[in-house]
Amino acid sequence: MSTATKTQAGVAGAPRLRGSHVVTRKVWRGVGLVLLIIIAATFVLPILWTVSTSLRTPAESFSNPPQWFPLAPVWSNYSAVFEQVPLATFFLNSVIVTGLIVVLQLITSTMSGYAFALVRFRGKGAVFAMVLATMMVPAQTTIIPIFILIRYLGLSDNLWSLVVPAIGGAFGTFLMRQYFLQMPGELAEAGRVDGASNFQIFSRIYVPIALPPMATLAVLNFSAYWNEFFRPLIFLQSTNNFTLPVGLVSLQGNFGTGSISIVLAGVVVALIPSIAIFLLAQRYFVEGITAGSFR
Amino acid sequence: MSVSALRTESPGAASPRGPQASSRRRNANRAHRREAAFGWLMISLSALTILVFTAAPIVFTFVLSFFSWDIISPPEFVGLQNFVHLSSDTAVIHSFGVTALLAVLIVVLQIVIGLAMAILVQQRVSTWARSIFRTAFFLPLLVSAASISIVFSYLFDDHFGVINYYLQVLGLPQMQWLSSPGGATATIVIVAVWQQLGFVFILFVAALGSLPKDVLEAVSIDGSGPIRTFFSIKLPLISPTIFFASVIGLINAMQIFDQPYVMTKGGPGDATTTTVMLIYRTAFQNIQFGYGSAISVVLFVVLLAITGLQFYISRKWVFYS
Repeated sequence: MSTATKTQAGVAGAPRLRGSHVVTRKVWRGVGLVLLIIIAATFVLPILWTVSTSLRTPAESFSNPPQWFPLAPVWSNYSAVFEQVPLATFFLNSVIVTGLIVVLQLITSTMSGYAFALVRFRGKGAVFAMVLATMMVPAQTTIIPIFILIRYLGLSDNLWSLVVPAIGGAFGTFLMRQYFLQMPGELAEAGRVDGASNFQIFSRIYVPIALPPMATLAVLNFSAYWNEFFRPLIFLQSTNNFTLPVGLVSLQGNFGTGSISIVLAGVVVALIPSIAIFLLAQRYFVEGITAGSFR
Repeated sequence: MSVSALRTESPGAASPRGPQASSRRRNANRAHRREAAFGWLMISLSALTILVFTAAPIVFTFVLSFFSWDIISPPEFVGLQNFVHLSSDTAVIHSFGVTALLAVLIVVLQIVIGLAMAILVQQRVSTWARSIFRTAFFLPLLVSAASISIVFSYLFDDHFGVINYYLQVLGLPQMQWLSSPGGATATIVIVAVWQQLGFVFILFVAALGSLPKDVLEAVSIDGSGPIRTFFSIKLPLISPTIFFASVIGLINAMQIFDQPYVMTKGGPGDATTTTVMLIYRTAFQNIQFGYGSAISVVLFVVLLAITGLQFYISRKWVFYS
């Protein structure tokens, strides 16, 4: 605060102010670092607590002070969560649903993004306008008709009820179109001269250079659908069809008065694939987040 | 071979004559038609699923809102009755109040803290520290909101929760986190902000990193202090990002469901019953599809209005270079 007022006042006494600037800047940096460490700690501590409490005995899991570092880890919670609840089934269901959606949307979005960007045909402006308009639609407000549609398609309480509506994605189409728009059209002309068909130009020339945005789309979709809760909660009824988030929340009910360490073991199991993918593809996560923000 | 070779030279050519030219034009037309068919084929899967599972349901939601339907007996047309009922339904009005309060708190805190964090990280130059902080802030984005709500409902438990334990250790009064209306609201805001801060943070780091260096240097040579530089130079330059984060944040926060569903079930009482929770209860627990759709329509229109308003207001304060 004082820095700002001093600078406003001082044109004449500039050299003296420079010196005080250096000192205040150092103080500010020290304060900033301490603040940063505190904030970073509040981010990491709940996850650390989750992991270490998942390794305490069920009887101890409630007791305070919490144990921040698992000095005597109890791994039995991890076998318990697989034996006492169908966590393996939840996990497999999540893998099937997320895997199918990620792969299918990668195919459909790359194809449609390419066509919207680089193929000339009448009517594509109107169709793309529809895609753009639906991108703004809040998903939760259209859940009732989708539920009814799912019922009529006979997909209630079926993993396909989550996959089929997500075969095509407006965001993915938009993301891929933006990428293909930046690419030179001459590549296609060169391919035509060489006698390549329309599809060969797409699959042999453009897809190989579009792998980075495809990776971005894949990690973003993985993260979104692996963690999805609202649709599975509504579309799935039997425990054997639950995906991880819905299954874990149902677990919370069963163990509400029992042990939290077993529930937390389930939370950790659900988190492992996300962290693995994040560590492998950190760059694509960050790119995906910033992609939307610059006009 | 010949078709594609000819195709490249035909578009710009000025009306060629003779039998050769007309066959060339026919070939070009055929290639155009083939390209058009290819284009439609390529977009068909995406366009069809988006049409059936996103575009049509919007229309269908509006249509359903004029009906009364319990899925067992056939739907009954009731005109505007759902909306008339809704306008005096205290549960609906209250849910919009709850949702708006949560959304505003979440978005404001997210932007203020996220921006502060981005500035702090920017000033620490060492790259290893920056990547550690970035990973720490990113971690919560990887966890599902449902899982993290389970974790926080334990942490914030009134009796055995870690938060109240440490408040006691520090000699501070223990809070009724999940069992009082104010505490439950605060807990949901904390969880939502905690989880999504990394997103806003990364946006701001990117925006601050792409500021024009020459401008900043010129300003610092002119003797402007860091605080003044921030408020009169950096803040206006990153205002588009602030705008983007606030629009996206508000749209998301107005649809909040997972955290209250898992942590409070909308309680205590209806203190944290958000609009989407009310839609869920109305449609899928009370099986009132028509009335649920009417509430959805109102939420949809409110979200549309907020977005429109934000774009309108942004013209006054967002600075596009």
